[in-house]
Amino acid sequence: MTVSRRDILKSLTLTAVTGSVLRVIPLEAAEYAHRMVREEKAAAQGQIYAPKFFSAHFYKTLQSLCQSIIPSDADAKGAIEAGAPEFIDLITSENKEYQLALGGGLMWLDNTCLDRYGKTYIDCPAEQQKEILDLIAYRKNAKMDSSLGPGVDFFALLRKFTADGYFTSEIGIAYLGYIGNTYLQEFPGCPPVPEDKA
Amino acid sequence: MQVTRSPKTYDVCIIGSGAAGGTAAKVLTDGGLSVALLEAGPALVPERDYKEHVWPYDLPHRGAGEGARLRRAIGDEFMAPNGAWEIEGEPYVSAPGSSFRWFRSRIVGGRTNHWGRIALRMAPVDFKVRTHDGMGDDWPISYEDVAPYYDKVESYIGVFGTKENIPSAPDGIFLPPPKPRCTETIVKKACDKLGVLCIPSRLAILTKPHNGRAACHYCAQCGRGCITASNFSSSQVMIPPAEKTGRFALITGAMARELVVGKDGKVAAVSYIDKATKTERRIHARAFIVAASTCESARLLLNSKSTLFPDGLANTSGAVGRNLMDTVGSSGVGYFPQLERMPAHNHDGVGGMHMYLPWWKFDRKNEFLRGYHTEFGGGRGMPGTGEFDRLCDDFEGYGSALKQECKKKYGTYIGFAGRGEMIPNENCYCEIDPSAVDQWGIPVLRFHWKWGENEIKMAKDMQETYRAITEAAGGTYVTSKEPDGSHPYGISDGGVIIHEVGAVRMGDHPATSVLNGYCQAHDVKNLFVTDGACFVTNADKNPTLTIMALTWRASEYLLDQAKKGNLGA
Repeated sequence: MTVSRRDILKSLTLTAVTGSVLRVIPLEAAEYAHRMVREEKAAAQGQIYAPKFFSAHFYKTLQSLCQSIIPSDADAKGAIEAGAPEFIDLITSENKEYQLALGGGLMWLDNTCLDRYGKTYIDCPAEQQKEILDLIAYRKNAKMDSSLGPGVDFFALLRKFTADGYFTSEIGIAYLGYIGNTYLQEFPGCPPVPEDKA
Repeated sequence: MQVTRSPKTYDVCIIGSGAAGGTAAKVLTDGGLSVALLEAGPALVPERDYKEHVWPYDLPHRGAGEGARLRRAIGDEFMAPNGAWEIEGEPYVSAPGSSFRWFRSRIVGGRTNHWGRIALRMAPVDFKVRTHDGMGDDWPISYEDVAPYYDKVESYIGVFGTKENIPSAPDGIFLPPPKPRCTETIVKKACDKLGVLCIPSRLAILTKPHNGRAACHYCAQCGRGCITASNFSSSQVMIPPAEKTGRFALITGAMARELVVGKDGKVAAVSYIDKATKTERRIHARAFIVAASTCESARLLLNSKSTLFPDGLANTSGAVGRNLMDTVGSSGVGYFPQLERMPAHNHDGVGGMHMYLPWWKFDRKNEFLRGYHTEFGGGRGMPGTGEFDRLCDDFEGYGSALKQECKKKYGTYIGFAGRGEMIPNENCYCEIDPSAVDQWGIPVLRFHWKWGENEIKMAKDMQETYRAITEAAGGTYVTSKEPDGSHPYGISDGGVIIHEVGAVRMGDHPATSVLNGYCQAHDVKNLFVTDGACFVTNADKNPTLTIMALTWRASEYLLDQAKKGNLGA
């Protein structure tokens, strides 16, 4: 049987405590409704994402950069698995400022790689990709070589958006160890704080 | 344009459904009067409108909104609906050289849908400031006048807290407080070292079932609205009992434009725009309570011009729009290394701080008059967009090292926010802009703003205090605020703390005030203004609890007048 979120919410409204002036909904039922949201969401996944703003080439570059910023490693999966590129593409498609900063930034990166290595970023071998990333990942490099300025600014913004996309994902939240967003009868308070080291 | 006149004359018409309007609706309908309430926004349906318990990854924009325009904003996608700094089609203006921001909420319940639930009583001295230090004006009423109504409001809505006997922070009728979080344990310890008061906070959140409402389930999401109504909002706690009486008509999508005065000098009707049809309508009543939020209330009076009141309704004093105050805000962030060693645990708690710092230097001479309290929070909350902005800028780089640094630093910062008393000054006021109108054709407000020296000194003290607390706990204060520039010591722009009050103040003298101590207009006896506009001063206490207490008191006075036959025909 398929029960939609709408059905659940509708039934919750109807079963709200009769006679009460307040819309009090039994906790278990409300929790069930929230679980339904997640299950519907999960059902929609698994389809291949069609970028809304970036062309196939630049989306591939974006994915590669996101995964370099937050890679998959022994601890947890990375930015691509967490859906960071989709999130960044979506907000960029809706925001002219980001279109300039990220769209222009990706082109700057390709232009720079063409000048240096004769290839666009995504076609460069791993060592060259690392070389250029090591340059644009730090403000101090732009101080020594001002031609790196646009790349440093671009990368600083992309790093924040990648962190956004990663740490608001199920993977990222689990990696951080956030525990909560649930129903508790009592708030347990703080576990013992480890003593300050002298 | 055809004006549709409602055939019925209500006993009372209330304009606005927030803390003030909702309280008036409950008390007046309880007392047997018929009430019409105009709300400029739509109805609120919690089970449809709230995003409680939704994860960021349940939303395509992860909470940051379309184009990520709400990234790090107070009104992100999770917030209870319809609160915003800008409303399309309903502009306001800051005068040249002034920077004022106005957070408005167009929905049943108004800003009580997403307020911080901080429910603090004003202290006895807060009502008598001029007597105490010679600045500003005393209220025409005292703490003793308001205290029974604080009791009534707290008993009805439910507020947690503890008895502390602190002169600057009177005790109320409290439910038990929740246990402290780790961040609060650490700050409390540091405050004890420094002799700074740190006590359980006082929030309108239920830690026990109360008046038919369920206890809090500790998800920390009050700002999203609470599906179990375990925190206070006017929409869930005040409006439903009014509706139940059968004497209450809630009219949504109704933008009040003008209060219409009859030949007898009393308000006869309110003209409003029905937003759905863009037509003008009228509601007639024997008495009117204006509770549209401080600046909207002032705007409505100023826009209600007549031969009797050429400068705006009840404004023979010229005080309407004047005496506008907000709260002094300055904030900072500390890094606390001991939090890195905390094991993962549920840190959520209620939707707000479990402890706070009341004003503690009330017993000595300071570099500034009046005082401030401090709200603080941080730790292992639900991650959101913008969470690691600072870390990304500081740490730079990329790869597993960056990823690990985020995990290491997650939940190790505590933010402090000072909330201090502003002394009103002649440079802070609102008036009707001479040219601009909103999409309903109603002239809009223009704001003037300039902080005084006292406020700047207070902001300086806040910064020094937060650094001292952070360092006493072995942490590093990472905020750096310049003593000059547009925001000395990080002082917020006017309006940003969303505690605007005072623009239709009460007082003993009709020449310098608009209302008497019962929020009743000196000039117009069937007109009451009971929202934050009636405040004489803006103590370091978040205004909502006092708004409700004053409204409850004014409503009982109005009921008494009705019993005596003084409401008129």
